[in-house]
Amino acid sequence: MKFYIALLIMGVLTSNFVLSKFLGICPFLGVSKKLNTAVGMSTAVIFVMLLATAATYPLNILLEKFDLEYLQTIVFILVIAALVQIVEIVMKKYIKPLYKALGIYLPLITTNCAVLGVVILNIDNITEYASYGFGFGHAMMNSFAAGAGFMLAMVIFAGVRSRLETADVPKFMQGLPITLVAASIVSLSFLGFAGLVEGLGLL
Amino acid sequence: MAEKKKINYGHELTKGILKENPVLRLVLGTCPTLATSTSVVNGVGMGIAATIVLICSNVVISALRKVIPAKARIPAYIVVIASFVTMVQMLVKAFVPALDQSLGVFLPLIVVNCIILGRAEAFAGKNPVLASAVDGLGMGIGFTCALFCMGTVREILGAGTFLSGIDTMIGSFVDLKGFTGFDFTPFLEKIHLAPMTLFILPAGGFFVFGILMACVNRLASEKGLKKADQIGCEGCPHAAICNKHSEEEACAQ
Repeated sequence: MKFYIALLIMGVLTSNFVLSKFLGICPFLGVSKKLNTAVGMSTAVIFVMLLATAATYPLNILLEKFDLEYLQTIVFILVIAALVQIVEIVMKKYIKPLYKALGIYLPLITTNCAVLGVVILNIDNITEYASYGFGFGHAMMNSFAAGAGFMLAMVIFAGVRSRLETADVPKFMQGLPITLVAASIVSLSFLGFAGLVEGLGLL
Repeated sequence: MAEKKKINYGHELTKGILKENPVLRLVLGTCPTLATSTSVVNGVGMGIAATIVLICSNVVISALRKVIPAKARIPAYIVVIASFVTMVQMLVKAFVPALDQSLGVFLPLIVVNCIILGRAEAFAGKNPVLASAVDGLGMGIGFTCALFCMGTVREILGAGTFLSGIDTMIGSFVDLKGFTGFDFTPFLEKIHLAPMTLFILPAGGFFVFGILMACVNRLASEKGLKKADQIGCEGCPHAAICNKHSEEEACAQ
């Protein structure tokens, strides 16, 4: 149980996927202009991350059994791409309201590095946290934490950006440059959480 | 490809450096740029790995451009790119294990690097093989240049070194005569200064990237080029998907 909480705190606060691992920067910069799109996008990301982990974790065991670990990258990206397509089709047909809320974001995150990143990191974690017995449940928790961290960063940043809209910014800093500098300050504030997991005695 | 349109190879090669720099102008591949530019050697290593994948995938995709059906092109591109990434991953693991260590998860993540899929979509899928290879090389050079600039600023300010760790990267191929990079820290200590660790932390990455992009905006406006934000969706690999859903807000730009 302790390890589950540690994974959650690490994913959301201390090693936030966007602000300290640099995964999923494109949607972070692109879709964080408005709060509702930020929430929609990050919900879709959490959903796909959980789904992708649930599909690839057993697949990895299969790959290891046949000594095919080197095919990891190809297999994972194809599985994620196919999965997202299938989910999109199923959603469109049977769960209309959910499709309306998440549908447009789904194809965009097929090639999002955060999703492939969390899947690969989960496999790496098996050896890294071997002493804690990192297993399927932990992998799912890690994915959820990563997605929740992504959502937190997106929501905070959507607020920051709405303030930026009215700010008087030098000509060449307008647009993306000032957004990146703002992201730097948000990232700096997350440094305050460093050592939280160790401090609480969770790891 | 219309035969009438002549391809200017010199232009294809140099456009990636400033005019259409993939990182600083088209804003593609931001994740690896921020994550691997903590030192020059890491950044350039990442740049070279991505360039190799970019050239190879551009060549194969352009050679197959008449075979790949338009509707299934994105999955086909991804398979080609993923194959080359796997090859590069194995080569790096075998010959430059230090680079594999420092790039970590970002080495397999070259698969989802927007630059590569973006170039496949915007150029290689429509142009002949040689032009696509040159385009891949040009874009790769642009990516590597951007990583070199970011890495230089971040390493000098953040760690007080320059080219540190070069011996672990190319030491086994080239005789460096004991050269392990410059170290300014003893000099800094003499004048009672310490490197600003902030710059090799994530926050410094965002900051340097923002400032660098502002500088490039300035340079580009002097040359009468459009501002980065106004380039719009054309370089974005998601453009096709965005247009399909005709949802402007979902598209990155």
